[in-house]
Amino acid sequence: MKTYNAVDYFDLNSLLSEEERMVRNAVRQFVTNEVMPIIAECYEKGEFPMHLIPRFGELDLLGANLPEKYGCAGLNNVAYGLVNQELERGDSGIRSFASVQGALVMYPIFSYGSEEQKDYWLPKLATGEKIGCFGLTEPDAGSDPGSMLTRAVEDGNSYILNGSKMWITNGTIADVAVVWAKLDGEVRGFLVERGIKGYSAPEIKRKYSLRASVTSELIFDDVKIPKVNILPKSRGLKSPLSCLSQARYGIAWGAIGAAQACYDEALNYTLERKQFGKPIASFQITQGKLVKILTEISKAQLMTLQLGRLKDKGVCKYTHISLVKRNNVEMALETARTVRNMLGANGITAEYQAMRHLCNLESVYTYEGTHDIHTLIVGSDITGFPAFK
Amino acid sequence: MKIVVCAKQVPDTETKVRIGSDGKTIETSDVNYILNPYDEYAVEEALQIKEKQGSGEVTVLSLGPERVTSAIRTVLAMGADNAIHIKTNDTYLDSYAVSTALSEVLREMEYDLILMGKQAVDDDNVQMGPRIAALLAIPCVSVVTRLEINDGHLVAEREVEGGVEIVEASFPAIITCQKGLNEPRYASLKGIMMAKKKPVEQKTVEIAGAKLSTLKMEYPPARKEGKIVGEGAEAVPELVKLLHEEAKVI
Ligand SMILES: Cc1cc2nc3c(=O)[nH]c(=O)nc-3n(C[C@H](O)[C@H](O)[C@H](O)COP(=O)(O)OP(=O)(O)OC[C@H]3O[C@@H](n4cnc5c(N)ncnc54)[C@H](O)[C@@H]3O)c2cc1C
Repeated sequence: MKTYNAVDYFDLNSLLSEEERMVRNAVRQFVTNEVMPIIAECYEKGEFPMHLIPRFGELDLLGANLPEKYGCAGLNNVAYGLVNQELERGDSGIRSFASVQGALVMYPIFSYGSEEQKDYWLPKLATGEKIGCFGLTEPDAGSDPGSMLTRAVEDGNSYILNGSKMWITNGTIADVAVVWAKLDGEVRGFLVERGIKGYSAPEIKRKYSLRASVTSELIFDDVKIPKVNILPKSRGLKSPLSCLSQARYGIAWGAIGAAQACYDEALNYTLERKQFGKPIASFQITQGKLVKILTEISKAQLMTLQLGRLKDKGVCKYTHISLVKRNNVEMALETARTVRNMLGANGITAEYQAMRHLCNLESVYTYEGTHDIHTLIVGSDITGFPAFK
Repeated sequence: MKIVVCAKQVPDTETKVRIGSDGKTIETSDVNYILNPYDEYAVEEALQIKEKQGSGEVTVLSLGPERVTSAIRTVLAMGADNAIHIKTNDTYLDSYAVSTALSEVLREMEYDLILMGKQAVDDDNVQMGPRIAALLAIPCVSVVTRLEINDGHLVAEREVEGGVEIVEASFPAIITCQKGLNEPRYASLKGIMMAKKKPVEQKTVEIAGAKLSTLKMEYPPARKEGKIVGEGAEAVPELVKLLHEEAKVI
């Protein structure tokens, strides 16, 4: 296989600290050695590479921006972003696993959990010994999660949970689900453990996207959960939304990785593939496509690095994250689509990455707030008119 | 057990090597540097010995210009405890100069075992282990694929033509590591974050004058273009004939 050359036309490398570079290189090497050789087959079979989970743990990839106290790496946000970039260069499904585990399971336990919940769950989730999922979306509540129907009612020392969740990444393989449900009309977070009576998590099969990732339905039929399993500090919809901000931040970086993978593939391919007696890279239209992609990747890289620096300073707004998630995922999707066509017939096969990234990015475009919803979030911020309803 | 790992920074094995304008050195401006791959086995072995024994110390010793700090950090991130950096300027040093400098520093250190790669993939001189062992008057087992640490002595397996040789040596000793000895670990993210806090001692030593000098570097001759003899079974007799008469390989 050709060695991967991650495009960095504007030398952003020079804007990174030594540790940030080492983190990126370590994950890049891991993805090259452990993910690239197997990912096409996993995708075709529709399987998540379960054997990699302990490896993620050994490398401290899970919840990597959370404190060392809980067994995590304590990275700054830029280094954490670079981890996501490198994972998604492999596959959006791999990055999704890490995003869900870190930003949507460990982060809410860290932010809204009790000390006992943190001490028990975080170290186990960091090593990958336990797997988590995040249940917010429902069959009838997607972009509008506030309209959720899942409910918890108090019953002595327990809560009784009823309802269902849909499109839940890692659902079937999760040991613990962070489930958002209304208790007396207010959205609260609950920890639901695998195996408890009335709880099931069947996998959603027959997907054309994110095939190397488990997506599931969660069903709660009079599930009796101990009172200590509520996330005590969670209050209202802003709690799950704050988790989504963390995850979207990672996606913003991840999308760059997918685009870099596609660009690298396009450049190699068009330099080697000859038609009309010359490499197709020598034709103006091909060059136009390459330059367009390079420009878009470079813009996204600069903006995303600044997003990370703002986040590290604690002055990043959720609307900044929306803007960058919106831009980068669309950019990556367009890149993958263009690269797919630049590869001609080869571009539709599993020998190349572009089509896999293209199909994956369709999900990434939709989840964690659709492209449209992010438009409305930023639109509302700059005009003062919320246009959701 | 106190273990010293001698580690070298080398150009990435993916580098397209270009000869510099002087015709004697490599153009280094766009070279990406990495830890010598054989040294990774040495680091891994040292860490495994320390983990198995539950105590001990792993020190990295590296010689070179400022840039080698990144190779040192990589070894510290993998789990080594501390490092010594012998600073030099960025000129070519022969094996004699490097081995005398390293052994001068080693002479002042306490160690039971010195591990290093069997060779560095840039110069491919394959001299460092034996040279240092000679200067320090200690045993050296080279090209080792299995290492066992016992009370007071070690047992090493090394590759020899057509088989395996099993060798015993007393401490302190030098082992040069070969592929297959172990599976080097990745630096974990926690390891990377910790590496910065680990001590790196800077040392300067008088570097001996080189006993060798490079006269000239040349690219290997360009490969001749291949030839397609024909297709399918019919082409075989012609192919055999050409391999015999023209290529003279059969
Ligand atoms: C592979 C995958 C994994 C997922 N993983 C998880 C998970 O782990 N946890 C979880 O909770 N959820 C998960 N989701 C769900 C995801 O977050 C939702 O699909 C997403 O929020 C959109 O909801 P919806 O699918 O119901 O679409 P809808 O909300 O029905 O949207 C349909 C279309 O209408 C548009 N639209 C909706 N409202 C407006 C409006 N006000 N103005 C303009 N346009 C509008 C949308 O942009 C979209 O184009 C996942 C989804 C996928 C595909």
